[in-house]
Amino acid sequence: MPTSEDYEGQVPAWCPGCGNFQILSTIKQALVELGIEPWEVLLVSGIGQSGKLPHYMKCHTFNGLHGRTLPVATAAKLANHFLHVIAVAGDGDCYGEGGNHFLHAIRKNPNITLFVHDNQIYGLTKGQASPTTARGTHTKIQPYGISSEPLNPLATAISLDCSFVARGFAGDQEHLKELMKAAITHKGFSLLDILQPCVTFNKVNTFRWYRERVYKLEDEYDPYNRIKAFERSLEWGDKIPNGIFYKNDKETLEEMVPTIRKEPLVRQKFSIEAVKHEIDKFY
Amino acid sequence: MEVKFLDYTLRIGGEAGQGLQTIGGALAKIFSRTGYHVFTHQDYMSRVRGGHNYYQVRFSDQKVSASRDMVDILLALDLNTVEIHKKSVRDDGFVLYDSETIKKKFEGPEFIDVPFKKIALDVGKSSIMANTVATGAVLGLLDLGLESLKEILKSTFKKKGDEIIEKNIACAKAGYDYVLSNCPRCEGVEIREPEGKKLMLIDGIQAIGMGALMSGCKFYSAYPMTPSTGILNYLASKAEEFGLVVEQAEDEISAINMAIGASFAGVRAMTGSSGGGFALMVEGLSLAGITETPLVIAEIQRPGPATGLPTRTEQADLLFILYAGHGEFPKVVFEPGTPEQAFYLTNRAFELAEKYQIPVFIQSDQYLGDTEWTFENFDLEHLIYNDYRLREKDLEGIEEYKRYKYSDTGISLLAVPGESGKHLVVADSDEHDEEGHIIEDAETRIKMVRKRLLKKMPLIKKEIEAPLLYGDPSPEIVLVGHGSTYGVIKEVVDILSKDRKIAMMHFSQIYPLSERDRFDYIELLENAKLAISIENNAMGQFAKFIRAETGFEFTHQILKYDGRPFTIENLKEEVDAYL
Repeated sequence: MPTSEDYEGQVPAWCPGCGNFQILSTIKQALVELGIEPWEVLLVSGIGQSGKLPHYMKCHTFNGLHGRTLPVATAAKLANHFLHVIAVAGDGDCYGEGGNHFLHAIRKNPNITLFVHDNQIYGLTKGQASPTTARGTHTKIQPYGISSEPLNPLATAISLDCSFVARGFAGDQEHLKELMKAAITHKGFSLLDILQPCVTFNKVNTFRWYRERVYKLEDEYDPYNRIKAFERSLEWGDKIPNGIFYKNDKETLEEMVPTIRKEPLVRQKFSIEAVKHEIDKFY
Repeated sequence: MEVKFLDYTLRIGGEAGQGLQTIGGALAKIFSRTGYHVFTHQDYMSRVRGGHNYYQVRFSDQKVSASRDMVDILLALDLNTVEIHKKSVRDDGFVLYDSETIKKKFEGPEFIDVPFKKIALDVGKSSIMANTVATGAVLGLLDLGLESLKEILKSTFKKKGDEIIEKNIACAKAGYDYVLSNCPRCEGVEIREPEGKKLMLIDGIQAIGMGALMSGCKFYSAYPMTPSTGILNYLASKAEEFGLVVEQAEDEISAINMAIGASFAGVRAMTGSSGGGFALMVEGLSLAGITETPLVIAEIQRPGPATGLPTRTEQADLLFILYAGHGEFPKVVFEPGTPEQAFYLTNRAFELAEKYQIPVFIQSDQYLGDTEWTFENFDLEHLIYNDYRLREKDLEGIEEYKRYKYSDTGISLLAVPGESGKHLVVADSDEHDEEGHIIEDAETRIKMVRKRLLKKMPLIKKEIEAPLLYGDPSPEIVLVGHGSTYGVIKEVVDILSKDRKIAMMHFSQIYPLSERDRFDYIELLENAKLAISIENNAMGQFAKFIRAETGFEFTHQILKYDGRPFTIENLKEEVDAYL
């Protein structure tokens, strides 16, 4: 069985007190509790403070470009669906630069897990608005207040019939861990949006601000009811629900591709002899 | 007495959606199966219905590699075709048309009025078969027999049943017989049956697709864009049979990142697009560069900028591809001149991409992509397949695996993630250390640039073959081309070589340029009396590149940038002007 030490990577270069630390240690715990070994995991990230997370772990890692996490993760899963593919992204990374990929990865439904470090601000580039920053917020670039509506990732994902939609809070690691485990073991595209305070640039959405507002979805809540899930995903303000909002059990992308039903693509041997007769079709 | 070779050109014109490709494709196949050498090219508008398109088939008992302007037979499916193309019909040529369909009767010995539609209705009981009548009529004009057409009709309509097949065969025969008995001038048409066996017929796009398939490509991701879409279609049609995954991405940014993700995970991957789509891929190209992920990219050019002329041809992305990417990293650019070269160079692209863990381009254009050529065979013994990746057994005994380990060659071992319990594969778009983790120190940066770029590049350069010299071995006149202009330059050299020391120098392996120790092609150009660079663009991009790399400056250039390919007549005329 793996231990947390097996996943120990480099020393993080995040600001002291950053919500990313809780996310990092929770991912390790979740993987350990699921009995998944580091060599069975591929962590894919983009750019941003979240993008550095894979370096602070020990497992297979692809740290690519800003916003491009999901295409890499989707294709890696298609190439070897034996790997647990976990994409980690930031709100700017995933919902801004990678917004189109976000929509279409949900539609494709590969069996991958997406953890979004959602701190409602651009941390790495020092404090600009992100797609989830509240309307009216003042920043250096938006001195008159942000004019755009914030993107609601949960509602967006539910509207696209995403296979698994959940939200957790970095300040509640026990709950977050259970959500991570549920997301990793769910068959299909799993979105876990993680409320993660940026202690340096976001002076509004602090740990305290969240602690006063977050609550867990009730035990009797039915995540298979899409309409209810949509309704609950719109709740944001004095009360912010966390938990698994929506689930469905539809076929995954890998299951839809006949080529890889029997064996992962990466294990399928190639020999020129087997394809040579293709040339006959041109006579 | 001079032996006169058979060299016939047939042009089929009409609106998009009238079935030009079906008729042209069937006739091209009939000629190639009969043993004729065939060269076809298509000229089509960016629209699904209407407009004016044509499909041209040149066939000969000698090898042919380009199109002529003048035609021997014009098959006109609409009035527009007669009016646009009748001036291109040779004096002893023919125009086949149906006066009832196009609502106009033409006088003159070249016009043969065949009631395509009426015959289809009388014989096949359906006007849909008018194209089969027309195809039969062309064969009747050439008196080539109907056997090959019957075979094609049988396989085309296999799913529709015997009745449809029989009706189509009857329509073809009726068209054939009608022309034979209604064309007194046709007795003069003498078509010799070729001596050879049946030939294969393949276009540039299919050759790239088949090249990828036979190189072990397992993953292809792309967003549809003319003229590269054919690769996507071809590979998708082979996916289930040969074990490929073909993904239609939401955009080209995703397409290239997907190909990189699949390649990282351990399979040979490729992406493709045309200029505008490739523009979106450039960020990902650099990602492949720094992560040292093997990747093959097919870039099939059309005229730009932006949307340009979507269905036409140009070689104007050359400098863009050569200099694409932010930062410095090694890459290879191939630009085949024939479908045969496209096939082998695609195979070499996969070999080099894997061996050096770099992006390799197959650059081509609409012209080569859509033109069909005949070949006796491709020698499949020449295909290379080496799996450079470390898999299960290779990883046994490797205690400590570092993805970017320094080495004398700059090449680090490429392991497949998830194959053993020990090794971990870490790739990073940031500058990184040997393990793949982010660094910012100057010393490691220098070492990594040396490893990734400076050590690999000289080795890659040694793998590049010299340009092809065709014609006189010590020429006074050299026509220099690259990529798709191969065929037309070759035929012009053939024509002019009767009384001049002339040769073609053709580059299909563009970047890096080959070393000059075995063949000093620049010295040959310097020694020639006249060296003309021939390009399908307005700025002479290849000439600029040669000057930048070697210092050799072309004083003469022939440039064509109307979105159309060179034809034999128009290139010869331009070359003649310099002689």
